[in-house]
Amino acid sequence: MRILLVEDDRETAAYLVRALREAGHVPEHTADGASGAEMALGGGYDVLVVDRMLPGRDGLSIIEELRATGDHTPALILSALGQVDDRVKGLRAGGDDYLAKPYALSELLARIEVLARRRRQGDGDVVYRVGDLELDRLSHAVARAGQAIPLQPREFRLLEYLMKNAGKVVTRTMLLENVWDYHFDPQTNVIDVHISRLRAKIDKGFEEPLLQTVRGAGYMIRDPRR
Amino acid sequence: MTPVARIAKTTAFKLSAVYLLVFSAFALIFVFSISYTASEVLNGQLADSVEEEILNLADPWNDGGVYALIAAIQERSSRPGAALYLLVDPMGRLLAGNVTRVSGDLLADAVRGPITTVYFDTAENQREAVIRAVRLGGGYTLLVGRDIAESERFGSVIRTALILAGALLIALAMGSWFFVSRRVLKRIDAVSDATRRIMAGDLSGRLEVLGTDDEFDRLAASLNAMLERIEHLLSGLRSVSDNIAHDLKTPLTRMRNRIETALGAAPDSDAQRAVLQDTIDEADQLIRTFNALLMISRIEAGAPQEARELVDLAVVAADVGELYGPAAEEAGATLTVSAEGPLNVRGNRELLGQALANLIDNALKYAGGAGREPRIAVTAARDGGDVVVTVTDNGPGIPERDRERVFGRFVRLEESRSTPGTGLGLSLVAAVVTLHGGTVTLGDAAPGLAVAIRLPAAVDTP
Repeated sequence: MRILLVEDDRETAAYLVRALREAGHVPEHTADGASGAEMALGGGYDVLVVDRMLPGRDGLSIIEELRATGDHTPALILSALGQVDDRVKGLRAGGDDYLAKPYALSELLARIEVLARRRRQGDGDVVYRVGDLELDRLSHAVARAGQAIPLQPREFRLLEYLMKNAGKVVTRTMLLENVWDYHFDPQTNVIDVHISRLRAKIDKGFEEPLLQTVRGAGYMIRDPRR
Repeated sequence: MTPVARIAKTTAFKLSAVYLLVFSAFALIFVFSISYTASEVLNGQLADSVEEEILNLADPWNDGGVYALIAAIQERSSRPGAALYLLVDPMGRLLAGNVTRVSGDLLADAVRGPITTVYFDTAENQREAVIRAVRLGGGYTLLVGRDIAESERFGSVIRTALILAGALLIALAMGSWFFVSRRVLKRIDAVSDATRRIMAGDLSGRLEVLGTDDEFDRLAASLNAMLERIEHLLSGLRSVSDNIAHDLKTPLTRMRNRIETALGAAPDSDAQRAVLQDTIDEADQLIRTFNALLMISRIEAGAPQEARELVDLAVVAADVGELYGPAAEEAGATLTVSAEGPLNVRGNRELLGQALANLIDNALKYAGGAGREPRIAVTAARDGGDVVVTVTDNGPGIPERDRERVFGRFVRLEESRSTPGTGLGLSLVAAVVTLHGGTVTLGDAAPGLAVAIRLPAAVDTP
């Protein structure tokens, strides 16, 4: 995946570039807003990662400029401004996701993966399939190996989000954001308990567990045979 | 700077000078307009009395001709304070009157209308007068005049009196104004002196409030309130930095030690991997703490109007309750939510949700104990003009003396040191509630803790 990183802090940038490369991406980095905007407009990137506080320029303006040309490359905004209002402002300006500094690298990588997936596939599928697990988004029916699994509404949304991002790590904050629509850091194991309940419903009694815990990062649903 | 220059620099002096200038200009206009109007009126009166005198003299002329007129003129001229009279025959000779000399031109002019400021020779002296002349039958001309010296004198008396009064007024006004503004500005000076002292480092200093309840008292009171807040924030900052040093140094030291151990372990071994994993967890916890800290300071710095959407607290309570339900069950606790919506407040849904999550999180940690089944109750209800959300647990509760303290950053009661947490949960709750213009109180649930958040209900609740 080609990723444009606009970040003025050299050390952070170098670290991110290395991490992105290790994760199998092709990162390109620039430290200033002007060339960042130029490169983004040049196109060809799968995901943009833009820091808000650039010297002499708000990173948001790059995204606004890009959106004005009709370019919808997914953009992740990085910012030291962590308040909810800033996040809303960032998303309104055309950003697709917002991550406040300091963040965990695993969180950033997971969000980049999910953003890129959104671009490639869109939300068009009515039925999500992972292995022998099926989720019908219209009838809200879930079945594994042809066996219907009854789910609570929230469990359904949780599974839907996981399956939509099948094969990608989703973090606890991402789940809280997308399934509960709250944007804070779950301090305790609240999300884990929801996951283990879901796991009990979809994996229990089946040979291959689909819902996996990724230590230090989050969760992933995946067909282990693929 | 010379003393004069220093005085000239004061606002009192500048204001007084402006005041003096404006006041003097008005006084001058006033004096001139009054004295002008007064002399106009007096001269008009003189002209009227001259006309009247001519009418009076018409009677003897009509009754007894020129001789009767001469007799009448002679009789009137001898009265005290007499007017000026003159009767001239067709040849220009003076027949009667108390005027000794007059030019023919003047006489001709006086026939056409009253004339002022003309000098006359009388038997005694030269006088300035208003005169009027009429042609009588047979070529005689009668002139009657009134001395205006009297009116002139009156006018000048008025002018002098007005100028004196004006000067006195200006002097008095200057004096009192200077005194008043000096007093006022002295108080302003006192305020700026006091603020300078406070800026120099004595933050506990306060401005004097005299109890007069005037503008200055109000100014001093607001400044004192501001200082109070600054002092509070600063002391908060100080205790936070102390606590940061302690609460962040400990995990950092732990992390460092772990990494050191990992370096000593066999490369790529399970032991090494475990240590690294622990280190990541510890780092995540640190990040969490930092995020919470940043969040709190951002919220505390925020203006209340930043949070303005309509939020139904009944929905928030249900949502967060649902989020924590499984976790509570897992911990063997009973979590009940009772909230009849809509319970609308104006605010930020996410912050309110997080505050409530923090409270439930705390309650989960402490509920139960001493043989009791852990129990947590979340209720939300209208109370007059407020919406009150309470989170009650049946844990050990918090002793009354500690209830105020636990809202501070990093404050953790001794008994809770062993339980995981950032020590920032309640600070965040307090910050969020304050941002929304509400209050948070800790109460005794006997046994247990009852935390009540009271927020003003949205006025346009349907």
